[in-house]
Amino acid sequence: MLPELGKYAATVLSAYGVTLALVLGLVAASIIRARAAQRALDKLEAPRTDV
Amino acid sequence: MSIWELANPRRFMALSGRILPGLSWAAGLSIGIALVWGFFFTPDDYQQGSTVKILFIHVPTAFIAINAWLMMLVASLIWLIRRHHVSALAARAAAPVGAVMTVAALMTGAIWGQPMWGTWWEWDPRLTSFLILFIFYLGYIALWQAVEDPDKAADLTSVLCLVGSVFALLSRYAVLFWNQGLHQGASLSIKQEDNVADVFFYPLVLSITGFVLLFVALVLLRTRTEIRLRRVRALMLREAR
Repeated sequence: MLPELGKYAATVLSAYGVTLALVLGLVAASIIRARAAQRALDKLEAPRTDV
Repeated sequence: MSIWELANPRRFMALSGRILPGLSWAAGLSIGIALVWGFFFTPDDYQQGSTVKILFIHVPTAFIAINAWLMMLVASLIWLIRRHHVSALAARAAAPVGAVMTVAALMTGAIWGQPMWGTWWEWDPRLTSFLILFIFYLGYIALWQAVEDPDKAADLTSVLCLVGSVFALLSRYAVLFWNQGLHQGASLSIKQEDNVADVFFYPLVLSITGFVLLFVALVLLRTRTEIRLRRVRALMLREAR
């Protein structure tokens, strides 16, 4: 399945691995932070909607 | 609709909420297709062998690293001149994205450089200006955290952003200013003869497009978070009185 990377296989795979890990980590952290902010705001605004 | 209407947080939240899902899918699809194309279906380079496949991640991350700072510069200028809070929050939201892309570009560059140049790092003009740009990103993020008053933090970080723009531009044009160093010239150019070969060009353009879409999606998501956190802070202050 993998293309023939020859003697540079470790180089290419580690470059892709590092980038994907960083980008996916950034996306995950952004989503987690967004959800936490939404929850905090919902909690604070909830009593005011009951009035 | 005027772009200035987005300065209204309600309008910004409504519009960004509508476009964010589609934008995220477009970003994911573009990057996915580009990386599969680049990794599996492009040939080895006659000089660089299979390491040429690193091009499809190194160039887009470096492109975003520089242009994220330039986007922050525009947003900071809008804050300083017109005092629109959403623009200051958008600059703040973009900084971690730019910082991560700078790390990715530096790391993939080092990994690529080791077999090609025989060294992980060289104090080459482009590499050095990129490292300084990364330090500016860290300083910018730290300054936002350090100053409690949000308006004052926005003022100070905007000034820092203006200063750091010199290094963002140096990172882009260093190879033109100094004819020294190991780093090659630009992979893409307006002059067609300066571009990489077509077989690498098309997946590279698609990958850059995908990373740009990802950047916009992440900045919108993170700006929405900053607006919500600002509202949380305002409500908590009101309750504390």
